[in-house]
Amino acid sequence: MGMKTDMRLIDDNGLRIDGRLPNQLRPIKMQVGVLKRADGSAYIEWGGNKIITAVYGPHEAYPKHMQDPNRAVVRARYNMASFSVDERKRPGPDRRSVELSKVISEALTSVIFGDKFPRTSIEVYIEVLQADAGTRVAGITAASLALADAGIPMRDIIVGCAAGKVDGVVVLDLNKEEDNYGEADVPMAILPRTGEIALLQMDGNMTYEELTAAMDMITEAAKKIHQMQVDTLKSKYRGDEDVE
Amino acid sequence: MDEKKKVREIVVPGEEIKQEGKPGRGVFVENGKMYSEYLGIVEQRSGYVNVIPLSGCYIPKRGDKIIGKIVDLAPMNWVVDINAPYYAPLHVNDVPWRVEMGDTGRYLSIGDVILAKVSNVNELGQVWITMKEQGLRKLEGGHIIKISPTKVPRVIGKSGSMIQMIKEYTNCKIYVGQNGVIWIAGSPDDIIRVIKAIRIIESEAHIYGLTDKIKEFLERGE
Amino acid sequence: MSNKFSEGVVAESKRDYIKKLALKGTRIDGRNFDEVRPLKITMGFVTRAEGSALVELGDTRVLVGVKIEPGQPFPDTPNMGIMTTNAELVPLASPTFEPGPPGEEAVELARVVDRGIRESHAIDLEKLVIEEGEKVWVVFIDIHILDYNGNLFDACGIGAIAALNNAIVPASRYNLGDDFKLPVLHYPVPVTFAKIGEWIVADPNLDEESIASARLTVTTNEEGMINAMQKGLRGTFTYDEVKKVINRSLNIGQQIRKNILGDTDDEKN
Repeated sequence: MGMKTDMRLIDDNGLRIDGRLPNQLRPIKMQVGVLKRADGSAYIEWGGNKIITAVYGPHEAYPKHMQDPNRAVVRARYNMASFSVDERKRPGPDRRSVELSKVISEALTSVIFGDKFPRTSIEVYIEVLQADAGTRVAGITAASLALADAGIPMRDIIVGCAAGKVDGVVVLDLNKEEDNYGEADVPMAILPRTGEIALLQMDGNMTYEELTAAMDMITEAAKKIHQMQVDTLKSKYRGDEDVE
Repeated sequence: MDEKKKVREIVVPGEEIKQEGKPGRGVFVENGKMYSEYLGIVEQRSGYVNVIPLSGCYIPKRGDKIIGKIVDLAPMNWVVDINAPYYAPLHVNDVPWRVEMGDTGRYLSIGDVILAKVSNVNELGQVWITMKEQGLRKLEGGHIIKISPTKVPRVIGKSGSMIQMIKEYTNCKIYVGQNGVIWIAGSPDDIIRVIKAIRIIESEAHIYGLTDKIKEFLERGE
Repeated sequence: MSNKFSEGVVAESKRDYIKKLALKGTRIDGRNFDEVRPLKITMGFVTRAEGSALVELGDTRVLVGVKIEPGQPFPDTPNMGIMTTNAELVPLASPTFEPGPPGEEAVELARVVDRGIRESHAIDLEKLVIEEGEKVWVVFIDIHILDYNGNLFDACGIGAIAALNNAIVPASRYNLGDDFKLPVLHYPVPVTFAKIGEWIVADPNLDEESIASARLTVTTNEEGMINAMQKGLRGTFTYDEVKKVINRSLNIGQQIRKNILGDTDDEKN
């Protein structure tokens, strides 16, 4: 956020540097059941992001002090591959990924019926293979597909999406340049059925009106993304030829 | 059921279920409406609406016959991985042998595979299993594969029809554990055919007319 | 983790009590929903530090120290100083804190405080260049938790901006000219809310925090701009709740800011 540039991020026609309208999403592709060993898995391409997610469990949590006697503990691990960004990232968890892993774990916990599996843990792995802004929301979108694929009982399928502000304009789903040089970023994850907000972060500089305009955009876009999730899950079990 | 391939209704977590009936398994109610807990198939049975998960781990039920693997030994019991969220203890009183205290390793050692029965499950998810019943035993040799426990009923078929058919066409000995672990013994070629047949069932378990499809496959004798 | 869970178990009996009070519009310590605990800021508590602030927010006590040293700029920002924020949950502050490298809670805390300062451009980093591309001032914000009684985000965020606001850049120590006051442009203040049942209270104390389902921190500045947000815990907020929380945080933040600035003025005069 907030790096300086001479680049104009919004042109005279109100279009963005990748030609999108302010409220337009980048192209998104999703797939479930992409890994053999994991109990559930999903892959997502979102703009230039390529993210693979896997779910293991529930199984008895070890070490024992990690157990919650009342419910399953959801442990998400957000990890960026060293080659996922222009300048090589040092492998392993840094402070950013520790924080993101925490808020993603909490968000996913909010939809899982964890009380069905006391003393267990559910591991969620989010591997960012290629990063292009919005990795945490793309990651959580894919992770909730992997959870559904793993047969984890849930009250909704979480959708992640971001919005922000560039050149004074509120825009949906920032790309890399907009993320670097923009004025604000609002990553959010919502439960599409109820509209509840499970993850919400923000950094930058926004008025109340701009912030709520950004959140409105996300809420609207989440409906589209959720429909893609539903179609992706259902089509795994429904070959095209079987639809009658 | 004249259509060979008719897909039953698939629902996703949080999807509203509009079918008539009382909320059953895999269904939760919010503000008077029913929603699915799982990625699964809607089923109406004796007045209830259930969602049968299409994937997921094995949840033990009393009376289930399961295949487990010994993962640890203690003086008075073994610890058995039954492919469920929790390990199950097998107590020396629940085996068909007279075991002296501390002598458990002489009868079953780590890595051994057993056919056992779930004798009890409590609300905390703790599971007890037993081998004290006709037919329950240590399984020697053979080949083990795992399938999603949610697909077990399809592999077994109506009153065992599917698995019986596979056994007849392949001359293999097969045990299908309710926990999704399958033990197969026979000639190497036959075992491969069994595995192929099971994999077809696994990937198309939600489609009607599966028995015919498997029969075709087995008759081709590949 | 295990300790946290046992804290949760103890709190189970308090849950009903706190909810009964909420029905009457009050809280376990008698505050109303938007009322912040008494706030006391002691500036310059550690004289060895270039800036410091001891913050007492109710029974929660944190000490923020600012050290400023010359260092190398980042390659992509050759004409800007550097700021970094670190938090330590030292075991003396709570039986639930363990020694060792910062855990995820300390990391989240430091990053949320950092985000508020950084995104509001509180420090004029462009004024911290000694030699472009070669040497700049590095501002280290280090947070020590002394007594954990709930709502570390706000206590630490308040402490950080207060400590920065009384920090002196020690130029003479390095033969780099006269000392000067750290240039502070904005005054971001975080306000944290906890959701308990259907109620949302500002500045949760330890009891409230231990039974909260969700938490939301909103950092705003003196111009009414929103600079950072962080939602936490495993519950959710409705969109409406979030909107209300943001508005409440703007108001409460404004009051706290008076406290921060008022105190520094006393120091100066």
